[in-house]
Amino acid sequence: METIILFAPLAGALICGFGWKILGETAAQWVATGLLFLAAFLSWIVFLGHDGVTDQITILRWIESGTLATDWSIRLDRLTAIMLIVITTVSALVHLYSFGYMAHDDNFREGESYRPRFFAYLSFFTFAMLMLVTSDNLIQMFFGWEGVGVASYLLIGFYYRKPSANAAAIKAFVVNRVGDFGFALGIFAIYFLVDSVKFDDIFAAAPTLAETQITFLWREWNAANLIGVLLFIGAMGKSAQLILHTWLPDAMEGPTPVSALIHAATMVTAGVFLVCRMSPIYEFAPEASQFIVFLGASTAFFAATVGLVQNDIKRVIAYSTCSQLGYMFVAAGVGVYSVAMFHLFTHAFFKAMLFLGAGSVIHGMHHEQDMRNYGGLRHKLPYTFWAMMIGTLAITGVGIPLLYLGFPVGFAGFVSKDAIIESAYAAHNGYAFWLLVVAALFTSFYSWRLMFLTFYGKPRGDHHTHEHAHESPMTMLAPLGVLALGAILAGMIWYKPFFGDSEKVAKFFGIPEAVAMAEESHGEEPAADEAHSGEEAAGDHGEDHHFAFGGDPGDGAIYIGPDNHVLDEAHSVPIWVKLAPFISMLLGFGTAYQMYIRRPDWPAKLAQNQRPLYEFLLNKWYFDEIYDFLFVRPARGIGMFLWKRGDQGTIDGGINGIALGIIPFLTRLAGRAQTGYMFTYVFWMVVGIAAVLTWVSITGGTN
Amino acid sequence: MIAADIQVVLPELVLSVFAMAALMGAVYTIKDRAAPLLVWTTSGVMVLVALWIAIAGPQGSAFEGSFTSDGFSVFAKVMILMSGAAILLMSEGYMARHGILKFEYPVLITLASVGMMVMVSAGDLIVLYMGLELQSLALYVVAALRRDSIKSTEAGLKYFVLGALSSGLLLYGASLTYGYTGTTSFAGIIEATEGGVSTGLLFGLVFLLAGFAFKVSAAPFHMWTPDVYEGSPTPVTAFFATAPKVAAMGLFARVVHDAFGGVVGDWQQIVALLSVLSMFLGAIAAIGQRNIKRLMAYSSIAHMGFALMGLAAGTVLGVQAMLIYMAIYVTMNIGTFAFIMSMEKDGRVVTDIDALQMYSKREPLKALAMLVLLFSLAGVPPMVGFFGKLYVLRAAYDAGLGWLAVAGVLASVIGAFYYLRIVYYMYFGEERDALDPGMSPVLWGFLMASAAVMVVGIVNLFGIEPAAAAAAASLVN
Repeated sequence: METIILFAPLAGALICGFGWKILGETAAQWVATGLLFLAAFLSWIVFLGHDGVTDQITILRWIESGTLATDWSIRLDRLTAIMLIVITTVSALVHLYSFGYMAHDDNFREGESYRPRFFAYLSFFTFAMLMLVTSDNLIQMFFGWEGVGVASYLLIGFYYRKPSANAAAIKAFVVNRVGDFGFALGIFAIYFLVDSVKFDDIFAAAPTLAETQITFLWREWNAANLIGVLLFIGAMGKSAQLILHTWLPDAMEGPTPVSALIHAATMVTAGVFLVCRMSPIYEFAPEASQFIVFLGASTAFFAATVGLVQNDIKRVIAYSTCSQLGYMFVAAGVGVYSVAMFHLFTHAFFKAMLFLGAGSVIHGMHHEQDMRNYGGLRHKLPYTFWAMMIGTLAITGVGIPLLYLGFPVGFAGFVSKDAIIESAYAAHNGYAFWLLVVAALFTSFYSWRLMFLTFYGKPRGDHHTHEHAHESPMTMLAPLGVLALGAILAGMIWYKPFFGDSEKVAKFFGIPEAVAMAEESHGEEPAADEAHSGEEAAGDHGEDHHFAFGGDPGDGAIYIGPDNHVLDEAHSVPIWVKLAPFISMLLGFGTAYQMYIRRPDWPAKLAQNQRPLYEFLLNKWYFDEIYDFLFVRPARGIGMFLWKRGDQGTIDGGINGIALGIIPFLTRLAGRAQTGYMFTYVFWMVVGIAAVLTWVSITGGTN
Repeated sequence: MIAADIQVVLPELVLSVFAMAALMGAVYTIKDRAAPLLVWTTSGVMVLVALWIAIAGPQGSAFEGSFTSDGFSVFAKVMILMSGAAILLMSEGYMARHGILKFEYPVLITLASVGMMVMVSAGDLIVLYMGLELQSLALYVVAALRRDSIKSTEAGLKYFVLGALSSGLLLYGASLTYGYTGTTSFAGIIEATEGGVSTGLLFGLVFLLAGFAFKVSAAPFHMWTPDVYEGSPTPVTAFFATAPKVAAMGLFARVVHDAFGGVVGDWQQIVALLSVLSMFLGAIAAIGQRNIKRLMAYSSIAHMGFALMGLAAGTVLGVQAMLIYMAIYVTMNIGTFAFIMSMEKDGRVVTDIDALQMYSKREPLKALAMLVLLFSLAGVPPMVGFFGKLYVLRAAYDAGLGWLAVAGVLASVIGAFYYLRIVYYMYFGEERDALDPGMSPVLWGFLMASAAVMVVGIVNLFGIEPAAAAAAASLVN
């Protein structure tokens, strides 16, 4: 079954990409879509039926070279199962959605076939992403990692006639190269130290790594920390974290379904997945984890500030994605990997929905993306409006605080985001906590700003476009409906196994509990009656007792060290901490309401008054400009120098000089020496022998 | 005693007796009308003798070590006889058309071949000189075969006078060697040089090498080559470019290893110098040539430079590389000259490369075969010619002559120009008056076979690699 899940998208990609001329365009698209729905269906079966125990399914022997022996096999544990449903579900829905969205496209000429190519790329991406998450070793993961990179490149540059799309595709690829370099170095370091790239071996070696020193870049490092940071650099690239985030907003040049699938729900979360997957390493690498928290929190804050002032509807959501990924990294960094996965899971639903909703708006508005030209669209696009509303409620974290019916009551984002903020507080990381709270306020503001600008107020911009604005077809609305379900319910349903209850978390992720550490409530018979002790633990966690996760690194899907109690402590944070994200959400909403509904003239005035700040945010903290100055221009300068001076001047000039000047001159000389007179020939022979004789006389031979 | 010695030189004896018998028979019967028959018989006999030597040839040394038949000589002799036979077959039609098919021609070729066989088997300076002169005298005559042509007689005369000078140098070297070592046998010389060489002996060595360099037409002793190649009838040129080169290289290797194998360092630098000069001179001077026969003369000078590079390595691998290089070189040249022999316009010989402009349009298959051969001559992979160069470069590099290998690569880059220019003319030139169509089946066969070898040979070089390795091992020890 797992094999079918993995290979169905590949089959779809191949059949659709290469067979559409035989099958016909529509049939090929349906084949790809059908196979993905099959994969999604099977994924849900796997997810719901999974017992948390790690399972390995070998497909074939892959690499055999010295001590590097690698199978191609599927590692099926909870992490993989979660990613499977996220990927296949969103992908299947995006495939379906694309029928409507890609039906007509002005970027292609009349009669040109672009749809099968698009579907084939989507399916190929899905396959690569599945390769990434099902991998059993780092090489396989790297394969998937690069595969999604290629697919992302192809899809961002799908409108290949648009120079900006090509530039964005190249930018995404190049920036990711920087991250991948770190990732590759991390893999090398692991192989160098562990002599294996298999996860089992790596996890088992994690405690040893923590005590190993390694020399890198002229100084000694703790091996676990070094590996942790190197791998995280890879994650930074893929997940668009600060410093390496610049490609993500530009990637919005791709068609909107691509943004929803790749740049919101799946590929960009690969970095979070990587950190969670490598949790045994990070548990032994406190400094690396600190670094992740710092960078994640900074990204969450930075992206939220930039999102405040963007006008392109997709860019707002892109920065929102960037920001939410920062949240996930904070969770992973403070050691609550399950919470990171939780937010990844819920975020996939509502962010994909926001993107698809935005796509629906763009579709209805004839590819107009500037929100300043929207307004009052809720009557024209009622279904889209409600979908976007649900997505906004979910991302801003609307719920009923402090109400607990066995689970908190609220939209998906409410549950998972609050869990992260509480964890950050519980981990005694004030920096992360406060930045996340402020980011939540900004998130609420820009999300509502988007809603108000798009769906409320008076129609702005081109009169003609507004008149012809239309609701999208069913193929586009149906996916929105499915995702809406997830956005509303996912948080509440899976609250416990991800965050709410350590016992359930342990079971969900297949982590054995620690026998010695959990003496009070269920020390006597540890494995026998987990369910009972789970209830007990749920009741009395908090004060002086912590549920302790046990097992060796690699036993469960994630590893939580015996001293890591953040998950438990997060439940016993003060009330004000629990209320903080909710309040900031209300503040954000209020401000947005005030500025865009009641006094629509305020934003312009504010921008006028705070010109420098506004410019600073509008230009995304000038990251692109700084990079342009620091990297792009010097690289271009070196390239121009090597090309003009080095290649054209020195090499070409040298070769041309020799070939057109010196060699013909020598040829003429040789021709002149060949006089035809015998005495000349004899003369040269005698000169030759005289020269050789002189030479050997001087050197006297070598012996 | 003498019977055992005779046994060893039996192939040479058989050929000599055949040559004399053919000469007598033709002189006293139908003279030139016997020539076609004689050409075919001679090449048949040469092929048979080659097979005999290759399969069951006598091994050992005769006449107190002055004549050696070993793996190396077998390899060289087979090459000499086979290429000689091939050239004979190719020349018949051409010579008949131009009225110079004389019965002496096959006889002289046979005698030259005997001389070459003696050269590569020599174990003594006297025998060496004997073989060399037998070969040279026969070649002087065939160079001037077309007696009524000024160019041909000029070629013969130049070759003779300069050859005499080189023989003088060689003899002077031989006498110096004898004077300083007290012996003419290679075995004796190698014993005498065990403690190093005196300056006098070094001078002797230099003179000897100068004589050999003349025979292999290595710069700066190459000057005769273009003139002789141009003036001689084309089949004779083809013969000059193949068998005698193999023999001279064989002799070169024989002397430096059998007689001076103990003092490699003393001759290595000289051979390397000859190699570099030849490669560059051949490559550079050929660029100015419009006459394809002169062009091939410079081409062979450059190729000899590469073969000498293998020899300069002074190792088993070096000799092996040299032998492989020579085998490939001979094969390429047979094909190329088969084509050149067919270049005629209105029944007159054409040698200007301009005549090949847009040749591919009229004769696509022949043009393609030439393209393969020229690429191979230039050393473009994946043609076999590339592997020949690869072997010598590797041998030189392994022997610590990295600079020589680099120089060889540079020279081959320069040399590629004039080969590719012909290809350019054939495929992208301007339309000109067409050459005569058609080609005798024999020439066509040799051209195609040679081109096919250049392509198919990349599989395993037809197994000459281990054979050359064995031959080299028997020479160097």
